[in-house]
Amino acid sequence: MMDEGTELSVTIAQIVQRLKGAHLHSQLEKQARECLHRPEIKLESLKEDVRNFLRVSGTQDWVYSFMCVCVVCSLPPPGHPAAPPEHTKEPLAYMRKAQASWEKRILKSLNSMCTELGVPLARKRPIPEQKELTNKWNEMGTDEPDLSKFRPVYAPKDFLEVLISLKNPNHDCREGLTARSHWGLIQISLNVRAIPQMREAYPELSLTCCQLGIDDHAHIPPGIESFSVCVCVCVCVLVVSEQDSAAAQQYSRQGCPTGLRAQLWALILNATNEPEDIMHYEQLKAAVIHHDLLVDNLIYKDVKLTASNDDYYFVFEDFLYQVLLCFSRDTAVLEHFSYNSATPPKSYIQGKTFMSVVPFHGFSMYVAPLCFLYNEPSKLYSVFREMYVRYFFRLHSISSSPSGIVSLCLQFERLLQSHLPQLFYHLQKIGAQPLRIAFKWMVRAFSGYLSTDQLLLLWDRVLGYDSLEIVAVLAAAVFAFRAENLMEVTSLASAEAVLADLSTLKVMPLLQIFLFA
Amino acid sequence: MTGNPVDCTVKSTVALQIGDVVSDSFRPGVYITDVVFGEPVNIQEISFKNSYTAFLTVRVLRKEAGSEDGSTKWVTCVRNHCLMANPHTEEGSQDYFSIYRQQMLTQPDNVTTVRLIQRQPSSVWLNFNIEEIKIYPLVHEDSERDVPSWLSTITPVEEPLDLNGLPDPDEVSSSIQQMWALTEIMQSSQTSASIGRFDVDGSYDINLLSYT
Repeated sequence: MMDEGTELSVTIAQIVQRLKGAHLHSQLEKQARECLHRPEIKLESLKEDVRNFLRVSGTQDWVYSFMCVCVVCSLPPPGHPAAPPEHTKEPLAYMRKAQASWEKRILKSLNSMCTELGVPLARKRPIPEQKELTNKWNEMGTDEPDLSKFRPVYAPKDFLEVLISLKNPNHDCREGLTARSHWGLIQISLNVRAIPQMREAYPELSLTCCQLGIDDHAHIPPGIESFSVCVCVCVCVLVVSEQDSAAAQQYSRQGCPTGLRAQLWALILNATNEPEDIMHYEQLKAAVIHHDLLVDNLIYKDVKLTASNDDYYFVFEDFLYQVLLCFSRDTAVLEHFSYNSATPPKSYIQGKTFMSVVPFHGFSMYVAPLCFLYNEPSKLYSVFREMYVRYFFRLHSISSSPSGIVSLCLQFERLLQSHLPQLFYHLQKIGAQPLRIAFKWMVRAFSGYLSTDQLLLLWDRVLGYDSLEIVAVLAAAVFAFRAENLMEVTSLASAEAVLADLSTLKVMPLLQIFLFA
Repeated sequence: MTGNPVDCTVKSTVALQIGDVVSDSFRPGVYITDVVFGEPVNIQEISFKNSYTAFLTVRVLRKEAGSEDGSTKWVTCVRNHCLMANPHTEEGSQDYFSIYRQQMLTQPDNVTTVRLIQRQPSSVWLNFNIEEIKIYPLVHEDSERDVPSWLSTITPVEEPLDLNGLPDPDEVSSSIQQMWALTEIMQSSQTSASIGRFDVDGSYDINLLSYT
């Protein structure tokens, strides 16, 4: 363990490094250069005068916001000097191995699909095709290519089987001898929080705090609740006008007002729509037009099978193509893999690399809810990319991270075992392991299962607490809510039927009752 | 990590167990690993990779200072240092750790042997150990700071200039700037009028003031 002073220096060095690569740095330089012409800047006190000027002009606040974003969200902790880079990404060797072999399987499947169908992984589009695509860019949904030969590379249930088979070779799994018997499916002993610790970690969700999503319903008569709601909304307006990213994250824990959600999320994620971002998006669009990837067909298929069939999201079909096709070519996403043990499969065309995150069945549902918030493709893209790089990637890769899917599955099972042991035992006995039902909800962070307004309230808290843990808690809360019905069922199919429709559920009351009541 | 690790021999791990190690089916909860040096060392840092050890106690065999016959004494440097916050779960189980001189209860000077006592009270794990043990000696120039050398490049110290009686460059440059500004003004506002000598009727006598 390094002492605090050393850790601080290393953290500061990391933030400076990130600042140098950010757009904010060039803005700071530009401002500093411009202020040199001002009469109050003297040569003998140049450093101090420029610093004062930047502080007075409000630029310093941008830097503070940037620092807060770096420190609060997703800055990886400094690793031990002796630790190799893969250890810093993922300390457990058997998890690294499992992720690597899972990736090999996906790649093998992709390659065999290539050979079977005779479609190349990547090819340059001929000019007439490029022209046609440029004309049809805003209405790619009207295209009806023949996708019958393509099938999704994997579905969530295939991934679940991999997670179930995940074992620590040093773990004693002899029946009856373990300190914690695993009657659930996950065999890994990760540290997950129980309800008392969750109460301490999520105090803003308690029954005494104003929650947007409960207290702002129209049928509540005017009174103290509606006054608190007004205060919440006013605070959010202030936070947006001050562009205060850390405050936005704090206040989003109690929910975002619908009208301000888009701006608050963009603030928390530091997702800007500056000319550079628009240009980056246009470059990606050009890449889509010039080259055709095999993965594109998988994206088309996924959108047609999931989002287009959904009552809430079918209108956004064109947006989904515009975002996902660009995403599969964005090599800037690669840098987030420096703190994820996963390695994306790469394909090459004439020496140029194309990064592809291989979409699984339902991948497009990560983007679909965001279409309600942002209507500009470049802004939508920016926000989606940040959300993927911070949260969603953890839902389909194997790691020991507390927000990773393995931890979420284990936490779900443990919460259910501790608080509804009879229900868990009953379901296990009839062959309906609860995780087999809840997994598909968690892997998509409930997108496509909850109604959109409820889903956005859930994702407010994911952003506010910078963790996906709340997704596991909600899954357990749903089981708790339908516990009576579930105790009556006698098969997996009937258990699934009881839990088939979540569209009428209200997220915040469920979470509050489960955690605090 | 300051400098290079000391050459040492890591002896094979011994289990602390009542009864026969081979025939008994109970697994030991304590292992001892000794690290022996060729000559006495002043220790700065002990670094290692954990493999499911929950607690670590470090004892050193010190050569007593001022003793001619080389008598030695065992002292405890670190007692029950926690490596895994929860012995039943994975957190910290495969992490790299360093124990510094400053964290130790007694000064690890003139050390001939280091004894690492590893404990794992949980029955969940089949084996536990610590690996890649490296011991770094005290390097005197850096004895004031425990900042590793690779960090010192991040915060460079500016050395004061040796002026040798010359004026401070910052002062000179600031006054030069004003002079330069003046010359710029002069150049930009040149008139064709000649700057005549300020004499009055050919005389520099300033007894007489002129108002013209």
